[in-house]
Amino acid sequence: MKKVVSLGLVAAMAGSLVACGGNSAETTTAAATETTAAEAKETAAQGEKEETEATDGGAALEGSFKVGVIGPLTGDAAAYGLAVQHGAEIAAEEINAAGGINGAAIEIQAQDDEADPEKSVNAYNTLKDWGMQMLVGTTTSGACIAVAAETVNDNMFQITPSGSAVECVANPNAFRVCFSDPDQGTASAQYIGENKMATKVAIIYDSSSVYSDGIRETFVSEAPSQGIEIVASEAFTADNKTDFSVQLDKAKEAGAELVFLPIYYQEASIILKQAADKEFKPIFFGVDGMDGILSVENFDTSLAEGVMLLTPFAADAEDAKGFTTKYVDAYGETPNQFAADAYDAVYAVAEAAKVAGITPDMGASDICDALVPAMTQITIDGLTGTGTTWNEAGEPNKDPKAVKIVGGKYEMQ
Amino acid sequence: MKIKAKGVTNQTTIQNLITYAIVILFWVFIQIWSMAGQMTSLLNGLLVPICTYVILAVSLNLTVGILGELSLGHAGFMCVGAFSGAFFTKAMASVIPSVGLRFAIALLVGAAVAALFGFLIGIPVLRLKGDYLAIVTLAFGEIIKNLINVLYVGKDSRGLHLSIKDVASLNLEPEGEVIIKGAQGITGTPKASTFTVGILLVLLALFIILNLVNSRTGRAIMAIRDNRIAAESVGINITKYKLLAFTISASIAGVAGVLYSHNLSSLAATPKNFGYNMSIMILVFVVLGGIGNIRGSIIAAVILTALPELLRSLNNYRMLIYAIVLIVMMLFNSAPKAIAMRERLMERIKGGKGKGAA
Repeated sequence: MKKVVSLGLVAAMAGSLVACGGNSAETTTAAATETTAAEAKETAAQGEKEETEATDGGAALEGSFKVGVIGPLTGDAAAYGLAVQHGAEIAAEEINAAGGINGAAIEIQAQDDEADPEKSVNAYNTLKDWGMQMLVGTTTSGACIAVAAETVNDNMFQITPSGSAVECVANPNAFRVCFSDPDQGTASAQYIGENKMATKVAIIYDSSSVYSDGIRETFVSEAPSQGIEIVASEAFTADNKTDFSVQLDKAKEAGAELVFLPIYYQEASIILKQAADKEFKPIFFGVDGMDGILSVENFDTSLAEGVMLLTPFAADAEDAKGFTTKYVDAYGETPNQFAADAYDAVYAVAEAAKVAGITPDMGASDICDALVPAMTQITIDGLTGTGTTWNEAGEPNKDPKAVKIVGGKYEMQ
Repeated sequence: MKIKAKGVTNQTTIQNLITYAIVILFWVFIQIWSMAGQMTSLLNGLLVPICTYVILAVSLNLTVGILGELSLGHAGFMCVGAFSGAFFTKAMASVIPSVGLRFAIALLVGAAVAALFGFLIGIPVLRLKGDYLAIVTLAFGEIIKNLINVLYVGKDSRGLHLSIKDVASLNLEPEGEVIIKGAQGITGTPKASTFTVGILLVLLALFIILNLVNSRTGRAIMAIRDNRIAAESVGINITKYKLLAFTISASIAGVAGVLYSHNLSSLAATPKNFGYNMSIMILVFVVLGGIGNIRGSIIAAVILTALPELLRSLNNYRMLIYAIVLIVMMLFNSAPKAIAMRERLMERIKGGKGKGAA
């Protein structure tokens, strides 16, 4: 009898799983159509608004391009994924309000990948089921490499806002908005060398992060030709990133005039605090991951006084004012570099789509074939750089901006 | 006496055949479904991970359920297998052009390396009484992850180069290739894992474990689990059998790792995929499916891998619902009240059947 019972249970479980699969597939599509309907309404409403406001503009949008966004919306790196999602949504709203892509709207759906390659591929597949035609993603490098292998098989157009590892855009169908890791490392070393900021430099980096390690590597190889001596190169890992006193002590003992921090802002904020406690006052120099340090909760921004960072985006900059206001109104926080990258990515897609003359009824593969050559023809004046162009390798061509934190605000150098 | 023994064997054989049948039916079902064009891309993409986690759950059940030792570092063995397998596939690209053949050998390499690590860890730890294995495997998982994060291995015409500093210190020739690149791990592993290969490996893992459990060796292992002193008194070599079971368990986890690494083109040892949480996740599959119940592990692994992905339409609530489902399943499986209720329900069904027959 017991056997029969257990068999029955197994059958029931298997049955419920199958039912679960079937149901959820249905609900997914249902949800998708719901969002489509809702967004269509929204765009219609916007269209109406515009028609009432300005008599000449705002023809009703016909059809929509489905643009997928992938990033960590939950977990440790959620701040980046959410920023990308929000940035992309704002860009899509603006483009739709201004008449869309050749009269077609942009529809955004974001999926969570928890910054994990496996989950990222699942997110990508979910978006494919939704009918995605272009991908703005993924946010993090490791996940981006895994998804890039899938997009090249499907011939899906991909532009990553912030996947900075070299391999992210190795395929012809992939482009990126941010600088690659090697570019950032070299640019930082050149900036320090050319401005004669320091000759003795210590590096504190996260050896378990592709991003951090990648930048450090090129920084180290560029340093000698810029007259920079690396006096200390101290690592930490994702598992112990709350106490940096050992690394700081070593940098201090080695007599570093400048500490290079190719890391994200959370860790950087702790380093700044602990360095202040030790009365260790070198110049701190960061890269784009440092952007956001002023919005860290319970962080005394006076500690960041004099910190320099190389970033493509500053929320306080004159040309970013409109975006920053919109972002703060909609989501209640200051946008960071990731949001700006995603915003520019959506604009780049829209611009390339206009040049290529694609229509929403085209398949993802045809769209990709049309967009890839178009990407190298466009020029974007975006938040992360003016006159940005792309080469065939998928790399953007723009100048990094150096900013200095003065009085709790970014100051362009 | 002989007849009785035969009866027992028949019963377990039937049970085992049912387990195999479930796996094969799942495969047939998926094949029919995809031929009918009903498969979504999401489900299609989930098939290989499901196989990976089923293999992991089944192999951990050998340690936790059959051997009765707690292991908290199963993801570590998976990690070792994944990296050694993917390393082999990348390094041998020029020697063995066929991806299928390289993948097949990589599976063996992954199994062998993971078994070696399992054996090395087992030698000192399995001699001890108590929960030492849990502590040591926990540490092992974390150490492996951090070790791989600083490991750089490159290959050029002079052979392999190894460093724990950076790519520059590998001193590679200009045309040399970096295979393991520190935190970035191994990039560009060919996608050789398919659902059919996954199912074959699941069947193989089941075959090995179920046969082991029902053999003389398996009975010795279970005797150690149930009463160490009694087992020792009848002359069972405790360390030998413990080591055997643990090594096999680690080796099968290594195979799962190879399957995992050949499914994604980017393999890095992050806390997410090979960390402590993953080890606990695999343990949850085992506990939820019933400790010592191989078939239960399979079902729990399938449900718990698929559920968070299938709940994607619920957006931010999916993890909340996943947690609730986990708690409900836990209660349903092991709360005394729930068990009593289930038994009452079964009684009623049985009673109803009896009446129907009468």
